[in-house]
Amino acid sequence: MNVFFTYTVLGCVIGASYAIAASGLVLTYATTRIFNVAHGATAMVMAFVYWELAYNQGLSNWLSVLIVVFGVAPLFGALLERWVIRRVADAGIGVTLVVTCAVLVGLVGAAEKVWPPGVHQVRQFFAGHGVVIGMVRITGNDLLTVGLAVAAGAVLYGFLAFTRTGVAMRAAVDDKELLALHGGRPHRMSAIAWAMGSSLAALAGILLVSAQPGQLNYISLTLLVVNSYAAAMAGRLTSLPRTFIGALVLGLLNAYASGYLWTSPGWTEFREAIPAIFLLSMLLLMPQAQLRVGRLTGVPGVRTPEMRRVGMATAALLLAVVIGNAVLSNANVNRMALGLCFAILALSLVPLTGFSGYVSLAQFSFFGVGALTVAKTHSSAPTAVLAGALLAALAGILVALPSLRLQGLYLALSTIAFAQIMDSMVFQNPSLGGFGGSLKTERLDLLGYRFASDKAYAILAAAVFCVVGAVVIVLRKGRYGRILIALRDSPAACATLGLNPRLARVAVFAGSAAIAGLGGGLYAGLQNQVGSADFQFFNSLPLLLIVVCAGVTSVSGALLGGMLLMALNSYPSAQAYLFLILAVAAVGLGKQPNGITGWLFEMREHPLAGRLGFGSAGVARTIAARSVASGTVVGAPVAVGENAEVEA
Amino acid sequence: MTRLDVRDVTVRFGGVTAVNAATLSADGGQVTALIGPNGAGKTTLFNVITGLQKPTAGRVFLNGDDITQTPTHRRARHGIARTFQRLEAFGSLTVEENIRVAADAIRSKNARPSRVTGDLIRRIGLERYAHARADSVPTGVARLVELARALAIDPKLLLLDEPSSGLSETETEAFGKLLRDMAAQGRAVVIVEHDMTLIMRVSDRIHVLDRGVLIASGTPAEVQADPAVRKAYLGEDGDSAVDVDEHSSPTLVMPEATTEAESGSWF
Repeated sequence: MNVFFTYTVLGCVIGASYAIAASGLVLTYATTRIFNVAHGATAMVMAFVYWELAYNQGLSNWLSVLIVVFGVAPLFGALLERWVIRRVADAGIGVTLVVTCAVLVGLVGAAEKVWPPGVHQVRQFFAGHGVVIGMVRITGNDLLTVGLAVAAGAVLYGFLAFTRTGVAMRAAVDDKELLALHGGRPHRMSAIAWAMGSSLAALAGILLVSAQPGQLNYISLTLLVVNSYAAAMAGRLTSLPRTFIGALVLGLLNAYASGYLWTSPGWTEFREAIPAIFLLSMLLLMPQAQLRVGRLTGVPGVRTPEMRRVGMATAALLLAVVIGNAVLSNANVNRMALGLCFAILALSLVPLTGFSGYVSLAQFSFFGVGALTVAKTHSSAPTAVLAGALLAALAGILVALPSLRLQGLYLALSTIAFAQIMDSMVFQNPSLGGFGGSLKTERLDLLGYRFASDKAYAILAAAVFCVVGAVVIVLRKGRYGRILIALRDSPAACATLGLNPRLARVAVFAGSAAIAGLGGGLYAGLQNQVGSADFQFFNSLPLLLIVVCAGVTSVSGALLGGMLLMALNSYPSAQAYLFLILAVAAVGLGKQPNGITGWLFEMREHPLAGRLGFGSAGVARTIAARSVASGTVVGAPVAVGENAEVEA
Repeated sequence: MTRLDVRDVTVRFGGVTAVNAATLSADGGQVTALIGPNGAGKTTLFNVITGLQKPTAGRVFLNGDDITQTPTHRRARHGIARTFQRLEAFGSLTVEENIRVAADAIRSKNARPSRVTGDLIRRIGLERYAHARADSVPTGVARLVELARALAIDPKLLLLDEPSSGLSETETEAFGKLLRDMAAQGRAVVIVEHDMTLIMRVSDRIHVLDRGVLIASGTPAEVQADPAVRKAYLGEDGDSAVDVDEHSSPTLVMPEATTEAESGSWF
């Protein structure tokens, strides 16, 4: 009984920290409809700031907590809202997720620079104090955590229900313009929400590292966010009381799993996956998303190239790789081949995110399925790579099927849950290399030719990229491509035309996962060995960020994205600059959703580019069409006479 | 011959009853109009017929088959197509591609999708806009794109939700003729419309909804003479809202605001 009581107390304490973090997440989402992927990273950085003040600068613990929770954190939240969130407030779910991903990646990068890896010890609050109930001792730190969670919940609830600012904050969600017309200041409301959300993240972070000292590292606190998502989803991102209950249940599940589940290999991995399984269950319990009607949406896209141009681009890429092989050092040729493998992975996002608008954070898991298949078969035959792609496609179907009822953010969250489950239950499984382990792989043999050298492998990877890229372009031009875009713009209208939206979604997930798996198979061959850490969920965050910034709607964007991802992995010293470029590009996504390549394509279509001799054909027509379009956007209150004038 | 039957359909959104035990029918070869003030439940009824909204009670039959539980895309395959009051054109695709998506969705045995698309573009008069993105064309044109798209699946039952708004007077006249042509081809055409001149000219039967309740059904002449209809449109005192056009039948002017019951549930 005492053991049970001990675990119950532990569960309540963990749950209390989750509750504080999750309530911050709910607050920011409920007021701005932007889901903050970087919530955990904020908690991590604030915990580091606390450590810096209390242990490096020698301030008292309590003063440090006050400075962080009421000074640094809210200031950070408000500035983030002012400079980043506000600029993407009206963008789609894809852009907002990517932008908060950029913040996450940036925060992790900054923390690594400012506080280099090492031991960062944090002591408990009220160390040595506590109460004993029966045979169980509850520490002062535990009591503080639970007390603060209850206080934070009560204060938040009271604030939103009874204060003028709280009510205005809720009004800002419903209709910003209307609130402004009635003298409210919607921007101020969202700044306050983000400041408070950031404070709550900081508080949760500090409490978690005090309770479990080993938590103060870059990744585990950042991933705390998955636990918070799960709790927040229990409250469907709107209800604070249900969020608290969800957090408590999750905390208890975690604690009982540590106490009662067997410690044999399979079960340890299962225990790790509990928050993700909880998140997935909460998502699957969501009611069926109704097909929304009542809006005409269109996403600016890049022009689909003619096949002649695709042929020329293919030749140019292969030529570039041949030249690269001739002039680059062996190490750099290997990096180029790696970049091309990543480019194939990036290409998997083009039909999925670029055409269909589904955000997936499980692409590295599919990549891993392809790579592990090649590693486990110990084969150099192309059939092993193809089998990897096929298995990855099955994994894609596995992700798509249960989440058929979900849309937008919830679908993206379900891919996070899937990736986390894959991390804990598959990639860390001892038979597949295990935690920190690795498996040997073979170079590919094709019709008796072994791609033993990196140079040959780079050409192979480039050729595969070109073939898959051409397939993606042909697909976009054809019936299936039109259906994917139509489904993104209006699933309701598609259904009324006889198209089954579910079938198309499963197919695009399977296809995308197969491309990622193919890239993974080639990656395995290139690297000679693969480790479980290569495919962690965490890698999918910079992948999505980089590919969307580079241009997720075009094959060229995927190539640039692959190369940038390679640069990020291969040149740690350049990371800070890369993150800076990405941060700027991410914020620019609000204006140019086609990313850097979209911007480059636009430059090419500029009249000046035509005059200088490197513009594309039909420039004048495009520009003219655009100016007509800008005057005649459907739904905008434009008089017909005005249109006639523009067209004349 | 096609026949749609809506029997005792009720739709409630929380405490609001958008449609209350409505029973109506539409036959092939006829234009059936569904009229009523804003918030009467017309669009909700269209959503029920197409399967985008589950009714709280009641049933929907197409040619005698109960389709109440059939998913939207299967209903489309059974021959139900519609346009939307608030535009649902595929904004990122060109006008031509919009129609092509539909033509591809249900491949006709007689014609290739590219031919169906080309024919419809000519028939509806969209040649000028064929290569423009659908989110860049004027509202009236986008409504015609939706109509062409619906026709591309060769429907037996066509539901048109305020198709003439955004069209000029001449265009509306041509549009009325198009409606009659579609009915003449044997289709059941159901139209929700606020332009009473058009409705009175093209409809064979009119159903009148008021606050979710069907208050009258009949020929245009019968409906115009119905005291319940006059009361619903004009209020108890019968003041103000009639515009008598010099050249045509009276135009009933509708209030502009859309109620929560009709639009709120979708957001």
